Amino acid sequence: MALPSIFRKTEIESPADIEAASLRSDRFRLEREVDWQRLELIVLQLEKGRPRRIADEDLLELPVLYRKAASSLAVARETSLDAATLAYLESLVRRAWFQVYGPRSSLFGWLRRFFAGGWSASVRDIWLDICIALAVMVAGTVVGWLLVDRDSEWFYALVPSNFADARRPGASREALLETLQPTENADGLSYFAAALFSNNAGVCIMAFALGFCFGIPTLLLLVHNLALLGAMLWVFSGQDLTWEFAAWLSVHGTTELFAILLSGAAGLHIGRSMAFPGERSILSAASASGRRAAQVMAGCIFMLVIAGLLEGYARQLVGTASARATIGGVMLAFWLLYFILAPRPRDHDEPAIGKGGKR
Amino acid sequence: MSAATARLERGRLKRLRELVTPEGLSLPLSVASKSARAGAIILDLTILFLGTLIFLFLFTALGFSMFNVTNMEEVSPALELVAIIITLLLFLARHGYFLWFELGPRGATPGKRMLGLRVAARDGKRLTTEAVIARNLLRDVEVFLPTFFLLGGGQEAGVAGMAAFVWLMIFLLFPMFNKDGLRAGDLVAGTWVVEAQRVKLPEAMSLAPDRSREYRFGDAELAVYGEHELQVLERVLRQDNPEAMREVMETICRKIGWEAGSGDEREFLEAYYAALRAHLERGMRFGKRKADKFSADSP
Repeated sequence: MALPSIFRKTEIESPADIEAASLRSDRFRLEREVDWQRLELIVLQLEKGRPRRIADEDLLELPVLYRKAASSLAVARETSLDAATLAYLESLVRRAWFQVYGPRSSLFGWLRRFFAGGWSASVRDIWLDICIALAVMVAGTVVGWLLVDRDSEWFYALVPSNFADARRPGASREALLETLQPTENADGLSYFAAALFSNNAGVCIMAFALGFCFGIPTLLLLVHNLALLGAMLWVFSGQDLTWEFAAWLSVHGTTELFAILLSGAAGLHIGRSMAFPGERSILSAASASGRRAAQVMAGCIFMLVIAGLLEGYARQLVGTASARATIGGVMLAFWLLYFILAPRPRDHDEPAIGKGGKR
Repeated sequence: MSAATARLERGRLKRLRELVTPEGLSLPLSVASKSARAGAIILDLTILFLGTLIFLFLFTALGFSMFNVTNMEEVSPALELVAIIITLLLFLARHGYFLWFELGPRGATPGKRMLGLRVAARDGKRLTTEAVIARNLLRDVEVFLPTFFLLGGGQEAGVAGMAAFVWLMIFLLFPMFNKDGLRAGDLVAGTWVVEAQRVKLPEAMSLAPDRSREYRFGDAELAVYGEHELQVLERVLRQDNPEAMREVMETICRKIGWEAGSGDEREFLEAYYAALRAHLERGMRFGKRKADKFSADSP
């Protein structure tokens, strides 16, 4: 076999006697075979994620070897009828191309760039979608309130039964206050936090992923989730507990609702760019907005981790309404400042949706 | 060639794409076949399912013994830790598995790698982290939601259940309705799944001793076949199966009007292969190509 075995990684067999080959195209192949196999070894190490195993001179030669193989392929296609060699060269050039043009930044490098401004720049890029999603969320809350206000039976339709334990229409003030009380100690709270995170992240990813259908399911999901909030708000305000309920909610709610807002906006962004691609094709519009929205979404997951911790610990341990409201307010101010003020990375994609989408 | 292989060949040609790299080189790429993609996702889901099951089994075994010791009201910290790990693990399994592997240098999950597939950017540029995140977030709606829906018996929920089922099927069957086999996630992320098999470099064919003196083929004898027959002959020679070689030799001899000898099948075929390839490659250099035996010799 011409391919070196696993145990002789660095050795490359020298080709058989070039002059012995009777065909001109085979001589062409034998003359270049060593370079191809050298490239293949480098690519193999890169694919295995072990770039350290590659000698320095090999790594420096990689672009040269890649282009040599590519031009060999171009020549061989026109002069050789050796199907096996052509198949080998095509596969080799393709693999080398994936490595030469593979993802360049490591996950860590990507994260650093992401938190240092890439994320907030993407959030700023979809401001219009955020405004739409916010309007829809407010409308959803109002709808929930109005529906329950007209007919309290709506409450049971809107709120899943596992939430509506003591918090239902007609509950006494004491029973409602009881649900807002902190627990005595932190036992079991970390599990609670983890479960909340997992659940909320699911909702957020769904809101994003549904944006694919031109954003309409995303809007419905936002309205449905926020109508639940409106219905709850109605129950509590009926017993003059609006402030207590709002403070209780705001501890994690400012972060969590913000994350839901962003993920809804991200889904909407994709849906909107597919419905109104402007001068680009639908496919390129969708992929450009998809990448921007994905960055927003990665941030949402991070926000939900924080929201889960706040919900699981801070809300259950801090008792007074004003302290709760302070935590919530500080978190909201933090997010707003971060999204507005964080610098834009120099190589960040320019938003095209704002210009292309309106035309 | 049988009908089945002809259909396979047609399918392969249909999936062939040309990708132009940033330096202007055109690279042939095959879009992954739908069956390979389905196989890959089934493999990945099996790996995920078994992995989760093993972990859950270990942890529940651990947690269960603690349940017996403590009563249900008073949750022990150790049990709580187990519960947290399980919750986060399930989340990670669902979202992290595909992300982690597709961000690696191979750009493929274990299932895809086993079937020789990988993810690539559709525009020939670099595959970005954002693109991988986007295509995997949509997987949630495409793969997990229908799975949970079916497992949860959602299809028995009357009209609403049926509507949800149809709606989910649109996502699930989306790759069937476009020529690149894109699923919704690929479309949004600007990626596609292509074939990326490793091919080994076989021996050169014309290293065998030159026998052009013993077997002399004239132009008329070489003109009967084209490139397709040459490649079939190459495959037969590489497989080195005596019966197949005998059969091919007899066919060729019948065609060119020679008397087939016996015992020298390989020598004859090697000589004919070398002569035919030299003949066809000479034509190629002058811009004349002959695809198969049915096509006319003149350009």
